Amino acid sequence: MKRFLIFLATLLAALAILPGAQAAGGKLVLTGSSTVAPLALEIGKRFEAMNPGVRVDVQTGGSSRGVADAMNGLADIGLVSRALKPEETKTLTAHTLALDGVALIVHAGNPVRQLDDAQIKAIYTGQTRNWRAAGGADLPITVVNKAEGRSTLELFLHYTGLKNSQIRAQAVIGDNQQGIKTVAGNPGAIGYVSIGAAEYAVEHGVPIKLLPMAGVPATTGAVRSGRFPLSRPLNLVTRGAPSPLAARFIAFARSPAVRDLIEAQYFVPPPR
Amino acid sequence: MHNPGDRLFGLALWGAAVGVTAVFAWLFADIARLGLGSLSLDFIATAPENAGRDGGIAPILVSTLLILGVAVGVAAPVGLGAAVWLNTYTRAGSRGGRRIRLALDMLAGMPSIVFGLFGNAFFSVFLGLGFSILSGGLTLAAMILPIFIRTVEAGLGAVEDGWRLGAAALGLTRSAALAHVILPAAAPAIGAGLMLGIGRAAAETAALIFTSGYVDRMPESLADSGRALAVHIYDLSMNVAGGDVHAAASALVLVALVACVNLMAVALSRRWLTRRLAV
Amino acid sequence: MRRSSDSLLKPLTAALAGISALLLVGMLGFLLAESWPALAHGGWLRFASLDWYPLEGRFGLTAMCIATLAVAALATLLAAPLGLACALFARFQAPPALAAGFRGLLALMAGVPSVVYGFWGLTVLVPLLARWQPPGASLLAAGLVLALMILPTVALLAHAALAAVPRTLLDGAAALGLSRRATLLKVAVPAARRGIGGGVLLGLARALGETMAVLMVAGNVVQLPASVFDPVRVLTANIALEMAYATGTHRAGLFVSGLLLALLALGLAWFAARLEPRHA
Repeated sequence: MKRFLIFLATLLAALAILPGAQAAGGKLVLTGSSTVAPLALEIGKRFEAMNPGVRVDVQTGGSSRGVADAMNGLADIGLVSRALKPEETKTLTAHTLALDGVALIVHAGNPVRQLDDAQIKAIYTGQTRNWRAAGGADLPITVVNKAEGRSTLELFLHYTGLKNSQIRAQAVIGDNQQGIKTVAGNPGAIGYVSIGAAEYAVEHGVPIKLLPMAGVPATTGAVRSGRFPLSRPLNLVTRGAPSPLAARFIAFARSPAVRDLIEAQYFVPPPR
Repeated sequence: MHNPGDRLFGLALWGAAVGVTAVFAWLFADIARLGLGSLSLDFIATAPENAGRDGGIAPILVSTLLILGVAVGVAAPVGLGAAVWLNTYTRAGSRGGRRIRLALDMLAGMPSIVFGLFGNAFFSVFLGLGFSILSGGLTLAAMILPIFIRTVEAGLGAVEDGWRLGAAALGLTRSAALAHVILPAAAPAIGAGLMLGIGRAAAETAALIFTSGYVDRMPESLADSGRALAVHIYDLSMNVAGGDVHAAASALVLVALVACVNLMAVALSRRWLTRRLAV
Repeated sequence: MRRSSDSLLKPLTAALAGISALLLVGMLGFLLAESWPALAHGGWLRFASLDWYPLEGRFGLTAMCIATLAVAALATLLAAPLGLACALFARFQAPPALAAGFRGLLALMAGVPSVVYGFWGLTVLVPLLARWQPPGASLLAAGLVLALMILPTVALLAHAALAAVPRTLLDGAAALGLSRRATLLKVAVPAARRGIGGGVLLGLARALGETMAVLMVAGNVVQLPASVFDPVRVLTANIALEMAYATGTHRAGLFVSGLLLALLALGLAWFAARLEPRHA
């Protein structure tokens, strides 16, 4: 019994002390967008390797989370996969890390080659329910929408001028891969995902295809040139002036030294 | 004796068993076909690269084991104490004991994501532990505690009264009898309860996303965020383009891990049964 | 003799038991506190509607609550008879070596993490269903995946209950000239009904509380399903899908989902406790 008590006491003491342990060279906490998180994680690893003792912690969430955490100081840097809204720029500063586009995807077997904005709206509001009405085969349309809080959804709503409550979806997804898997597994599906993720999937033989938006083909090249209508910056945001360590990280993340990492995640490095 | 109804019934049972086996074989074959190719010692021993598409799962395995360690380290002593009290000091049908048992059974049936919400609100935010292995481990400790208590209590209840009487006749105090006679006699049940808990905790995803987080680097302390294996599988399949292969390989590792833990639980409870028969 | 450790033992263990039980109160308390910003404004009625658009201030949980019950019920309806059949097979029908192997398989599958079932459901089952009845991700897909997930548990517990039925009872039934089918269905199963029922309830609880597997295959559209081929969103998936993205009232609304889920689980546990005989 006594040993058991001692064990319990030691354990509680250990638990009390441990949270105090800190990395020697400082620690950066990055939270936010799940689109940016994998990239930030890779940049963080390289930054750590070059700055021994520094730790970079990346937590996934959404852009709204990145904004909120940077605002209230929970995170040193927020990850936000859209441009900051006017009221947000009063307190936050955005540092663009890379560019990304959002593209409509359909199953590779779908004969439809492009949709104009009115058709997209009709499909997403449930007025068009069969591909025949959009020039395709006689097949019911499966509308794939994103869950609330995703910046991809905000971007899409902004582009189409719809409210989320007007959209009649047959599937609601969380992250990009779920969208790609859903569309790849359903000949009648239509969804919208990050262009980078979709290009990667197409190159690796996943049966989906990207539709042009307003006549502009959905490629990372079109995003790079700035012609693609549904594109967005991937931002690192800070409140006020960043700490010296955060400033160094941001400078590193925007330097050519991470270009290969950005391209490996199928994003577009910002024009310089 | 073989009437047609019996034959049909037997066939139906065979059909159910073959059908279920076939579906499970299908599932397992799919995962194995996808993941077996990249499964190697290297996969277990190296860090993930390129968002998990390349490299291995070493830090993730370490995080998983640390989270499990914290969960067991907290749940085991607390659970043992609680089970001893329920077994020793509550008379059958007493009000306090019955209420506590009901509360524990209700906790045991609580969805894991509810534990995740609680862990996020209490450990991560209220206690300020943030996204950390500690938050995740404590959340899982709360999750496995009720099942562990009830298993140990059943084990203690199955220790024959002869042992207790013998210990009392030798003049042992209650605590000495517990430490030297009764807990050792119930050790296999305690082990089985622990393994059941570990098995459940190792497979957990939902409760950990909001508590232990997403960082896939080798953890340096319990205050670091660490990605659990199940979270890794989820992220690879849902968020990383081309992550399926490593998701399947990680799934194979996780299934093997949980299978080992469960095998240990079965072996322990079997030893417990044979021991009881031998006495 | 050291009596001091004895005088400590009772209060210490009682405190530990108390803490364990208080977890329940603490959990419900925290859920309530975190839900409060959503509960306090607009009253309870806003949660009774069907529409969930948290960013537009609409927090209806009714559709998700019904979907949760429907998915769990479908999974249990599929898994209970099949699980019982598997248990009967392993206990009475299979040759001993095969029975042991089959039980091993069930034990292995019972340990497979739910995210693995979800992964398989998303990549294999949903595309199959989509070819037959689009969109594929649906109430049916979720029910099938969950049924698969809880089947081993139901079967193993039913098997344990059947194994505890006294041999003499079965021999007696056979001696009375009952057919094998009648012996098993009319004698063995009723004799083991408590254990079987307990296993089914446990399966139901797991199906009700499962998050990841459902999130991956159910389609997650907030609506009342008109058929089993319609996509639905369950309460657990709602939390997992949006929690990381939510702030303010949206986050509080998700805690209300958690609170409702906890109440459903409490109801089920209370029901299960009533089925059990009072502890002797």
